[in-house]
Amino acid sequence: MGILDFYLSEIAKYVIGGCIIFYTFFSFLVFVYKGEKRRGWIYGFQTAFLFLTQFACFIQIIAKTGSKRYLLLLAIQTLVILMTISLYKMIYPEGNRLIIHNMCFMLMVGMLVITRVSYWKGIKQFMIASFSIVIALLIPEIIFRLEVLERLGYVFALAGLILLTVLLVYGTVTNGSKINFRIAGISFMPTEVVKLFFVFFTASVLSMKTDFKTVALCSVLAAAHVIILVLLKDLGSALIYFVVYMCILLVATGNPLYFISGFALGGLASVVAYKLFPHIQVRVAAFVNPWADIETGGYQITQSLFAISGGGLFGLGLYGGNPTSIPFVEEDFIFAAISEELGIIFSCCLLAICISTFVMVLREAYKIKNDFGRLLCLGFGVTYIFQVFLTAGGNAKFIPLTGVTLPLVSYGGTSVLVSIVMFAFIEGECLVRSDERYQAYLDKKKEAALKNKALNNEKRKSD
Amino acid sequence: MKKENQTEKKNKNLYSIGFIGSVFIVLFALMISYICVFSISNKQEMMDNSYNTHQALLKKQNSRGSIYSADNQILARTIKDDNGDEIREYPYEKVFAHIIGFSSHGRSGIEDMANYYLINSNISINSKANAYGNEEKFPGDNLYTTLNTKLQETAYEALSAHKGAVIVSDVRTGEILAMVSKPDFDPNNLDKEWVEMTTDEDNTQLLNRATQGIYPPGSTFKILTALEYFRENGENYKNYHYSCNGKFTFGDSTINCFHGESHGNVDFTLSFAKSCNSSFANMAVTLDRDSFNNTLSGLLFGSELPWEMNHKKSTAICNEGLSDNDIMQLGIGQGKTTVTPLHMHLITSAIANDGELVNPRVMDRVVTAEGKVIKSFYENDKQRLMTEEEATFLRDLMHEVVEKGTASKLKGQSYTAAGKTGSAEFKDSTSDSHAWFTGFAPYENPEIAVTIIVENAGSGGEFAVPIAKRIFDKYFS
Repeated sequence: MGILDFYLSEIAKYVIGGCIIFYTFFSFLVFVYKGEKRRGWIYGFQTAFLFLTQFACFIQIIAKTGSKRYLLLLAIQTLVILMTISLYKMIYPEGNRLIIHNMCFMLMVGMLVITRVSYWKGIKQFMIASFSIVIALLIPEIIFRLEVLERLGYVFALAGLILLTVLLVYGTVTNGSKINFRIAGISFMPTEVVKLFFVFFTASVLSMKTDFKTVALCSVLAAAHVIILVLLKDLGSALIYFVVYMCILLVATGNPLYFISGFALGGLASVVAYKLFPHIQVRVAAFVNPWADIETGGYQITQSLFAISGGGLFGLGLYGGNPTSIPFVEEDFIFAAISEELGIIFSCCLLAICISTFVMVLREAYKIKNDFGRLLCLGFGVTYIFQVFLTAGGNAKFIPLTGVTLPLVSYGGTSVLVSIVMFAFIEGECLVRSDERYQAYLDKKKEAALKNKALNNEKRKSD
Repeated sequence: MKKENQTEKKNKNLYSIGFIGSVFIVLFALMISYICVFSISNKQEMMDNSYNTHQALLKKQNSRGSIYSADNQILARTIKDDNGDEIREYPYEKVFAHIIGFSSHGRSGIEDMANYYLINSNISINSKANAYGNEEKFPGDNLYTTLNTKLQETAYEALSAHKGAVIVSDVRTGEILAMVSKPDFDPNNLDKEWVEMTTDEDNTQLLNRATQGIYPPGSTFKILTALEYFRENGENYKNYHYSCNGKFTFGDSTINCFHGESHGNVDFTLSFAKSCNSSFANMAVTLDRDSFNNTLSGLLFGSELPWEMNHKKSTAICNEGLSDNDIMQLGIGQGKTTVTPLHMHLITSAIANDGELVNPRVMDRVVTAEGKVIKSFYENDKQRLMTEEEATFLRDLMHEVVEKGTASKLKGQSYTAAGKTGSAEFKDSTSDSHAWFTGFAPYENPEIAVTIIVENAGSGGEFAVPIAKRIFDKYFS
């Protein structure tokens, strides 16, 4: 390792910081222009900065470790991301490209940081992500063709509740609150999959009817999900389900009373849960004063805070920090690891990119005329952003720690698969929307033609 | 009709979706600001936490910086031993032991306070690259202190084999010029002596008596009693007279003058100069207790001192619950009243500086190995402890102590000193006492303040004042 390597890895720090700032800038500039066609050049720049960030990160890794094996990995990953971006553009020209770009950016950062923490986990993550992307390519077509999904609400609810109940009885407990199934050597987390079912169920039921009876039944079923999750000690998921349901309910009914009373009830329930469950008390105590008990309760959160503050603005550089000092860093504390090695600027930009994705999803949701599609988009959007909020806020001690993953970035096959599938569904709804627009255009044309005809007829009559 | 319904529905969607979007945008904006502010403003504190593994990373990357005195002498530096391992060297050995402290076996003193600066390296990227190429560590940033080796050595030698502490500072800037505590230790031999030092309960060498030693203030406390008397009586203090026959009895308690000496007819100034216990006990019983208590808490009794290193709080309480005996004991600084040498020093500094205390500091600036200043500690927060008039009143009293009273050993020098002695009895049964002196010079235009305590030595005038004289001599030579 010579002087050149040192310069490379130092300069790369600032290049990475600069690149993500530009990328973030473009992901908000998108909103200034209406219509995907006019945004073309912005997407071009975005793609360029995405690859530049990736390239600079790999340069840093190679300069720091001197290992050539990363060169091959860089080449393959670049290829896969490039293919994802261009395939989506080719197959679904009407899809929203910002969402795809941001998704790829998050995946890229995730694979990078996981590879840095543990090489083989990084490879595994990369393979699962690639597999998920291929699956996801089919999803927009599925949703476009299978309108029957809209009417299967209660089936999804039943499936979700059965899965969770089975989990409650048979699931293996790992890491205290994380619960998974092992089938044929592959472990997967049903709570992640049930998230999909849950959004489908609520979107479907509430898009059909919003009378009091339906809302009451739907709320009882949703509450059943949440209660089982609390019993499973998966507080993070319980919170996500709750918030997602409240948001869908608000948009479906347009009635703020439901929303307010729902949150009041939720607040009451959390106080009761706090009194009942000692593990919740431990979490809250660790949040209020982690420094009091670093040895046991506060260990994770204090290590996470050390990592975030230790990185400074531009980070210590990949392989320059000590992220493995945080237990479960690649799952629950990936945000802290990113802040430590890539800097606070980088991690804050990452959060801003998540917000840009979220706002774009909301805009799409607003434009969709189909009620089911709108609620589905909204549900997935809130699931995504709220999960980001829980994990980043938890890592930085902004809110108590709940132990959820950073979607698309954290290590975990099920989590990545489900997140990618969620975005694919959103893309699918974009297609439905463009179809709606096309239909509306045809209707308008027809109407105009009819009018013309009528006018002509009148003219002819008067003649 | 249908169309109207649709626009209404669309508006509802807009409001609810817009609401959800805004909530999350606000939440994220708050979170991002929180992350930035929290992690940047707490960086140093978190880096010093012993659970933080970044310290080990920095240790591997940088060699710990040096500590310098104000007169550019090296007080601590990192060198390589015969095996090529890094060790910390303290060229002045025991002389700066407590104030500089150590960085192995935990941290103390300046080594602890400046740890963050010493373990970081802010040399230019080119120098770093060169060091990297040569497989050397980056040199850590160096700290310049306000300590003066001449005064420190003088104080160290003057205290000789006694237990006790000496503090010297510049009253105008708050700069600590010297701080000595004995018994001491050699930070170079910490590994060998550690077990012995931590198990020896008689000597407690590791304790910095200057900031952590809790002593009865004895007659030095009469500064506070006099201040309170002045606050209550104003210029009428000039009419005060007392006839001392060596003891004062009030109710069924009696206060004796030091060694039963009788001072005869004394006015206020002479009571102070001669340190007449009987006269001050006589004053104490007339004082308003609430008012006295306010004066004491206004002068930092019972509160944290403006000093970053480990220190103890002083205690002096005056309330209705005190018996006549208690209040008389309080008036002469005996009984339950305790004070740290640092606290007494800060009170003296404030008196010397027209009533305004410039908060003390020992760190001056952080400089990279290449000489670039990256941080200066010139903030010098000030706080007013008393009015200018009160400060002048006390300065005059303290001057009389040198001219006519117990500190006459300082009389007739090229400088005019002022101060107050104390002989604090710490056991009821014997006549053993700690020797105190706290004072400043020059009287006309004060520059430095000196506070000395010599444990179990005898009277302040006899044992503490000569040490002050050596320090003043050195400073003004």
